[in-house]
Amino acid sequence: MEIRLNNLTKIFQSKKQEETIAVNQLDVTIPSGKLIGLLGPSGCGKSTTLYMISGLLKPTEGSIFFGDDDVTTVPPEERGIGLVFQNYALYPHMTVRQNILFPLENLKVPKAEALQQAQDIANLVGIGELMDRKPAQLSGGQQQRVAIARALVKKPRVLLLDEPLSNLDARLRLQTREEIKRIQRETGITTLFVTHDQEEAMSISDEIVVMKDGLMQQKGSPQGVYDDPINEFTARFLGTPPINMFDGEIKGGKIHLNGASIGESDLEDRKVRIGIRPEGFKVLKTGSLRVEVEFVETIGRDTTLIIKNPVEEGKTFRAIVEADQKIQPGKGISLSVKPHKMFLFDAATGERI
Amino acid sequence: MLEDKHNIKAWFYLAPAMVLLIIFTFYPIFNAFFLAFLRDFNYLQGTWEGFTFFENFGFVFRNPNFRDALTNTLIITFVSVPIAVIIALLVSVWLNSIVKFRGVFQTIFFLPYVTNAIAIGMAFAFLFNRNFGLVNTMLGWIGFSPINWVGLRATWGMAMIAFLVFTTWSSLAFRIMVFLSGLQNIDKQYYDAARVDSTRRYRIFRRITVPLLSPMIFYITITSFIGSFKTYTEVIGMFGERLGPPGNDRAMITMVALVYDALDRSGVTGALSEAAAAAIVLFGITLFFTLVNMQVSKKRVHY
Repeated sequence: MEIRLNNLTKIFQSKKQEETIAVNQLDVTIPSGKLIGLLGPSGCGKSTTLYMISGLLKPTEGSIFFGDDDVTTVPPEERGIGLVFQNYALYPHMTVRQNILFPLENLKVPKAEALQQAQDIANLVGIGELMDRKPAQLSGGQQQRVAIARALVKKPRVLLLDEPLSNLDARLRLQTREEIKRIQRETGITTLFVTHDQEEAMSISDEIVVMKDGLMQQKGSPQGVYDDPINEFTARFLGTPPINMFDGEIKGGKIHLNGASIGESDLEDRKVRIGIRPEGFKVLKTGSLRVEVEFVETIGRDTTLIIKNPVEEGKTFRAIVEADQKIQPGKGISLSVKPHKMFLFDAATGERI
Repeated sequence: MLEDKHNIKAWFYLAPAMVLLIIFTFYPIFNAFFLAFLRDFNYLQGTWEGFTFFENFGFVFRNPNFRDALTNTLIITFVSVPIAVIIALLVSVWLNSIVKFRGVFQTIFFLPYVTNAIAIGMAFAFLFNRNFGLVNTMLGWIGFSPINWVGLRATWGMAMIAFLVFTTWSSLAFRIMVFLSGLQNIDKQYYDAARVDSTRRYRIFRRITVPLLSPMIFYITITSFIGSFKTYTEVIGMFGERLGPPGNDRAMITMVALVYDALDRSGVTGALSEAAAAAIVLFGITLFFTLVNMQVSKKRVHY
């Protein structure tokens, strides 16, 4: 089921009549059968968007389409969505089986059939043996699977997940995100999930939608957005370690960073912000950027150099280089920059140029 | 060593409350049991003729009012408590769901709690007045002839109905308040989840609200049972010291009234022991039903 958001806006009004624009004229089309990550820092309106799609929040303006159906005014109980809450909202007094059966009982599915469906979906998410436990007797990861099973059992048109991994510890998070991907593939349900963790979004999404301050910044495949950020915000938000930003300028067709020419540009002379991914540096004797290494972090696969920022006193930046290059801390080195890992932004607006 | 010091300190902190409890609660309880087993205790002279196990309880059971008192107390409890708990539950769910005028309604429902039971009883006695009470006036609108609820030689049945309406209403306030605070503690996400799963309202109430509120319901049920077994003030409030409609004195006698009856005769040899025995009988009944309550609710209360 394709989800289309047209000009979707949500304004919250406080008691003192102060208005907060949580979501600002959002226009997004979410393709059918895909896993989409809604990504942004906290307070960017991503959860609000999710709850508007669920129907639990009413949009101030704009409309929501499921396929060709305008569901803007349809109450949540009639939208046919599955929703997994951030803290799962499992009914604590019911067993896992009763929790999963609950939506089916509402739909008046015959008992035997409902039991079978509940067992099938529990097996799919890998909690088939825990049906008689209460939520309090389950681990966080298991609770989350129950929540997903409860959302999936009624075969929703759309599955919505609110920060599905935020309550899990780091190891479980890795495992569960693969699990979510697998479940989504097996069921083929259009799935939208909200997260502030860019790594999480990038690792499992077919597409990501980056939001900031209620506005959509960019939408595309995770790699596409990473490789071609539309502005400084998305460039900074995606990637760990984050992108390195420098003040630089363009002079005579060359990109200058602290006097060194690190690349070419056909733009006219101006001040720019230069963004270089940590993996965008190469240690080369002929490199034009002379810098001093402060620390060396070796993680086996590759080496992270923490280097004194040549432009800003007291700051450092990171470069990830191959592990076989022997580099000593405190030494000066020469770097060259891979052109496709370097982005130029307008110094004032932050837009990509 | 360290713990010992803390212990002494703790006892000091407890002391003010402990002293009061010992004087006004523990000693009287002990004394009531003591009195109940004294033979021919004379309150005025402070003398008794040794101990007896059953004699004073025999006085209680042979008291001509005992059966009435027990019947009335049980009827009041088993009719008014379930009805009041259910009504309080529905009212609090309703109050919790409205937005407009919620404060106003909360205040209205809470008013009986801060009003004296005697005053409410008198007001209700007037509401149930045969000639100009609001109840008969309203019944007249739908064609009933005036009913003698609490007037001269009113029957036990009519008096009991009027009394049940009164106690049920006056006990609502506290229960509604407890339920409301319980409802406000239930995570709203359960209701959001239920909505998304297309749950009908009645089912939300029965499968989500009631189980999640069950600790409160249990607490209210137990305390209501205990409170209701001790009904006395309300009877005085509605019927005065006659404990019944004029001409039908003592028709509304309760177990506590039986205790006070015996206390009234405390100058008579053995009467104080009889009062103590009656109090212990009431204690036994209360204890029994509380245990039954706890047993029944064990499986239904979800903490």
